Amino acid sequence: MSKMKQTYGEPKDNYTAKLRTKSIILTVWFIILTIICLLPIYILVINATRNTHEIANSISFLPGTNLGKNIQTLFKDNNYKTVFNVLIGYKNSLLITAISTCLTVFFSAMTAYGIHVYDFKLKEISYTVILLVMMVPMQVTSAGFVAFMLKLHLTDTYWPLIIPAVAAPAVVYFMRSYMKSSFPLDIVEAARIDGCSEFRTFISIAIPMMKPAIAVQAIFAFIASWNNFYTPNMILISSNFGQKTLPMMISAIQASDKFIDYGAIYLAIALSILPIVIIYIALSRFIIAGVALGGVKE
Amino acid sequence: MASAAQRRIKSISYAKYGYIFILPFFLVYFFFQLWPLINTFILSFQDNKDAHFIGLDNYKTILFAIGNRTAKNVSKSFFMSFRNTVILWVGNFIPQLILSLSLAVWFTESNTKIPAKGFFKIVMYLPNIITAASVAVLFLQLCGEAENGPGALNLILNKMGIVSQDAASEKYDTVKFITGMWQSRGVVMFIQTWMWFGNTMIMLMSGIQGINPSLFEAASIDGATGMQTFWKITLPLLSPILAYTLVTSMIGGLQMFDIPYLYHKDPNKVSDNLKTVAVYIYEYFHDQVDPKMGYAGAASVILFFITLILGCIAFYLTRDKDEIAKKKQRKKQAKLNKAQAKQIGGFSI
Repeated sequence: MSKMKQTYGEPKDNYTAKLRTKSIILTVWFIILTIICLLPIYILVINATRNTHEIANSISFLPGTNLGKNIQTLFKDNNYKTVFNVLIGYKNSLLITAISTCLTVFFSAMTAYGIHVYDFKLKEISYTVILLVMMVPMQVTSAGFVAFMLKLHLTDTYWPLIIPAVAAPAVVYFMRSYMKSSFPLDIVEAARIDGCSEFRTFISIAIPMMKPAIAVQAIFAFIASWNNFYTPNMILISSNFGQKTLPMMISAIQASDKFIDYGAIYLAIALSILPIVIIYIALSRFIIAGVALGGVKE
Repeated sequence: MASAAQRRIKSISYAKYGYIFILPFFLVYFFFQLWPLINTFILSFQDNKDAHFIGLDNYKTILFAIGNRTAKNVSKSFFMSFRNTVILWVGNFIPQLILSLSLAVWFTESNTKIPAKGFFKIVMYLPNIITAASVAVLFLQLCGEAENGPGALNLILNKMGIVSQDAASEKYDTVKFITGMWQSRGVVMFIQTWMWFGNTMIMLMSGIQGINPSLFEAASIDGATGMQTFWKITLPLLSPILAYTLVTSMIGGLQMFDIPYLYHKDPNKVSDNLKTVAVYIYEYFHDQVDPKMGYAGAASVILFFITLILGCIAFYLTRDKDEIAKKKQRKKQAKLNKAQAKQIGGFSI
């Protein structure tokens, strides 16, 4: 008995105490990580309300009083107005993002449905092709893409940013896996017997049944398209300011040396991330669940 | 005997709908992804100026510095950008993996009591959804020095007693987070880790949750410590997902563009310490005055083959093992059926 005590110590108390210490240490560590995650964003928000001199010489965790003035500089000053107009940026980004998100989810669902429901010769091959092309990054094809778009005179239009959204292999892959687990083929059979046309079956039976998958993928497609800087930056090459997307305007701030009001710069960055942060706060539960479901990696 | 009508019904085939449903995808894929890819290959065999066929000259220039007098710079720049890409990727992946793996294990442990796990998860994933371009410019502001004072980060370091301030001139002995070679790389690695550790953590967590819980239970009954459980159960069973994470992260690392491209103060020039392969390609084909499509194409093709190899590894690691086993069984069954049919007399009923 005493030997057992020597080896394992006081049985119950020891274990509970150990777990409690571990829980406390872990909680503290998580709080530190939370602070690291939020600190840059917090400083961004605080600095958006302070003036240049304060920002350059001191750090503060309380908001300043310069927000109104910063807004005025950003929206009224000619130097800023011609490089960064947040309303035009929102409008352009929203237009591209909304259309391409709709195209992505609709056509991906359609492709996944086609592969899942029908039996045809090229079925397996086409699915393998989709899996293979999932890995080809945009950066590899971009030189040929731009050369092709220049030839078609499609640069400086939104078409090359919107149409490619139809072919999203990763989304097709996700939807196919979803259908495999929760879309029985008997339903299609039943619809056929009832005289429902194939396309109608897809629209009024399959799409409503796939709503959860569509919602998750729509969120990710929206975020990816909204954050996309690489493609718009190589397609919208003219200096036409009214056409630029939000990330492009932010990069213009960085490239311009006319920008010396740090308060206004911080405000511009804060405004650029505001919509996506609001969306995230509203939908974080679905987003986290979606990431856990299938590796959505940029 | 089947009647004519019966035979007709039997022959209704829905195969054509399958083709119709997948047609838009493949049409768009062909014009906007496959053709550009082929076009990139074509460009890589063409001269930079008048687009006539020059064979493998662009590759020779990039890989072996053979060719005209700028060849040496082109080649040197390519290898430098490749090295930068690898350095930046390794520097962000190792801390990211250690952090995500330990967090994933701690989050899934059931015996510790940690409040507000959901909140922590949400906060840790937050940096991943913020526009990378905005993040780069934000960190540029935080790390940079103003004309008349140190930036935010240097001020924090000063408060912590790391950066000293000269008493007489009130000047700070600042750390050069933008112009310094390893300092700027460190910041970019930090940003990448900051943005991606939440994502990796959640993926690994779903992997750990997929492990049969009775294994953990058995281990805890047998008196295994947390460390033993981690090394002997979690890690071996998690290895396919870990390998997948590694390969996808490598492919993502090869594409690294937004942050290195924007993280510099000097207008119009990306710092040589941060130039990645993606930036290198972009600069060649995007040059308004003198675009060098040939070099951009050749570098893209090299990048493509590296990605292809990595992609095949990922594909191999994540293949559906059950599906393959089923397929084998089906084939076996078909063979057996055929053999039986033959035994009867060469025709099936």
